Amino acid sequence: MGDVIFRWVTGLCAAVIIVIMAGMVIQLTVNSWLSLRQFGLGFFTSQSWNPVRQEFGAASSMYGTLISAVIAMVLAFPLGLITALFLVELAPPLLGRIVGAAVELLAAVPSIIYGMWGMFVFAPFMANHVQPALQGALGSLPLFTGPPMGIGMLTAGIILALMILPFITAVSRDVFGMVPAVVKESGYGMGATTWEVTRKVTLRYGIRGIIGAGFLGLGRAIGETMAITFVIGNNHQISASLLAAGNSIASTMANEFAEASEPLYLSALIELGLVLFVLTIAVQAIAHLWLQRLKKQMGGGL
Amino acid sequence: MRSRSLFGRRALDLAVKAASTLAALIALFGLGWILVEILTRGMAALNWAFFTELPTPPGMPGGGLGNAVLGTAIMTMLATVLGVPIGLLAGIFLSEFGKDSKAATAVRFLSNVLMGTPSIIIGVFVYTVLVLPRGMFSGYAGAVALAVIMLPVVTRTTEDMLSLVPNALRESALALGAPRWRVTMGVVFRSARDGLITGALLAIARVSGETAPLLFTALNSPYWPESLGRPMPNLTVTIFNYAMSPFADWKAMAWGASLVIIAGVLVLAVFSRLLFKPKQT
Repeated sequence: MGDVIFRWVTGLCAAVIIVIMAGMVIQLTVNSWLSLRQFGLGFFTSQSWNPVRQEFGAASSMYGTLISAVIAMVLAFPLGLITALFLVELAPPLLGRIVGAAVELLAAVPSIIYGMWGMFVFAPFMANHVQPALQGALGSLPLFTGPPMGIGMLTAGIILALMILPFITAVSRDVFGMVPAVVKESGYGMGATTWEVTRKVTLRYGIRGIIGAGFLGLGRAIGETMAITFVIGNNHQISASLLAAGNSIASTMANEFAEASEPLYLSALIELGLVLFVLTIAVQAIAHLWLQRLKKQMGGGL
Repeated sequence: MRSRSLFGRRALDLAVKAASTLAALIALFGLGWILVEILTRGMAALNWAFFTELPTPPGMPGGGLGNAVLGTAIMTMLATVLGVPIGLLAGIFLSEFGKDSKAATAVRFLSNVLMGTPSIIIGVFVYTVLVLPRGMFSGYAGAVALAVIMLPVVTRTTEDMLSLVPNALRESALALGAPRWRVTMGVVFRSARDGLITGALLAIARVSGETAPLLFTALNSPYWPESLGRPMPNLTVTIFNYAMSPFADWKAMAWGASLVIIAGVLVLAVFSRLLFKPKQT
């Protein structure tokens, strides 16, 4: 008798997770219905975000989410990969443990702390040193035009990269550690250098696991809110320049929620949330299915 | 395979080694830079009054964020009380009963997705359920949002930790005639205890620095928390509001609050790591 109750209680608690997920889909759809009906597909193509005229389009927010996430991935993916290489192959054990612990602490730092640091320390640094240098070297490209304000898409992307770096490093380190020592040793036995073994043996062996990890990192990058909100500039205009102020889906929601007094405005913000929700689910579902297939092929271990 | 000179191969190897050392240094440098800035700027704002007094209007000297420290503590504790038991039981279901059944696979997948769902979305969800119908932001809505964020983290770590417990232990307890629930609670739980506490601590560390979900649920308040049914002051939303304000003394307060948050989170993270050292593989 006690066992039957116990089984049901635990089952009910597990069902809570299903209820929450289902509730999230329903609630976000129902509460963005006003905006869904009013703007239809035009919501995704319109750049106009004008609370006074009650016109709302998500194009600039979606663009900003995409671009900041791309900048973050381009920087963090290779950096995380070679940091993991350092931890596994190069560092003496004690140093490896210390650096590893530091990377894990970096992952524990809350997003709002990155925001504070980004806005008051890193953005001025970008404005005074990095952005003028970039403009000096590459100023003829449309990517780096406009006044160096410090805040903007590039700064947001770099801070995002710093935030997902620990995640990519941790997973890459696990994947590197998974490669059987015998396989690596036979590489070294043939006279290969560390880099050759890494490129031809370790990476070959683990590349698909690392790609899966990359997708999970991407999922985090597109949903990150506070750090971006502080430094992206909150501007509803798509600009070719990475130095210009922009916005992302999450930053628009965080910045404007308090002002949204009209039902349509609120509904448009919740629709933004729905878009973000669908995006992260899609990215994650791909990552998990990919990793699961991989796990079956390799017989566990990931 | 293309043949290359030994010198070329060695040089490339050296270059990659240098680059990877540099990458590790960048990560270390980033962490160091953030910690040093928070520490130096935060210390300047911290004093006894910071923890015991109410905030003052901009320009007025003195005052503190005692109400926000208290509010954050209340909501985090409430979220723990809500999220951890449900997460533990759901984890038990997955590891002891569900195993490879369809239901368990679905729960596992959904909790992975929930874990990766941006916290701002969870905030909006709780807003539509608990705030919109009442027309008022509230401390318990904030606690529920934080609990929803904790739930999948606790569930997954519980399942992982329980699956590490050898089956022989379960079988010997069952052979003694103990019912399943006593086996789980008395034997399996006890041998996985350190891991479970670690999981709970990490979940608490994760939510205590959350801002976005509270923006939609608890909001903020300049008064002492009096009722869970009203907007509840908290450190993270205060940091957001103060940092965005044009007042120098409010910005200084925001740095102080940042230091308090990061100290709390890092102490939890380090403590849980000391408590439970994963076996090196």
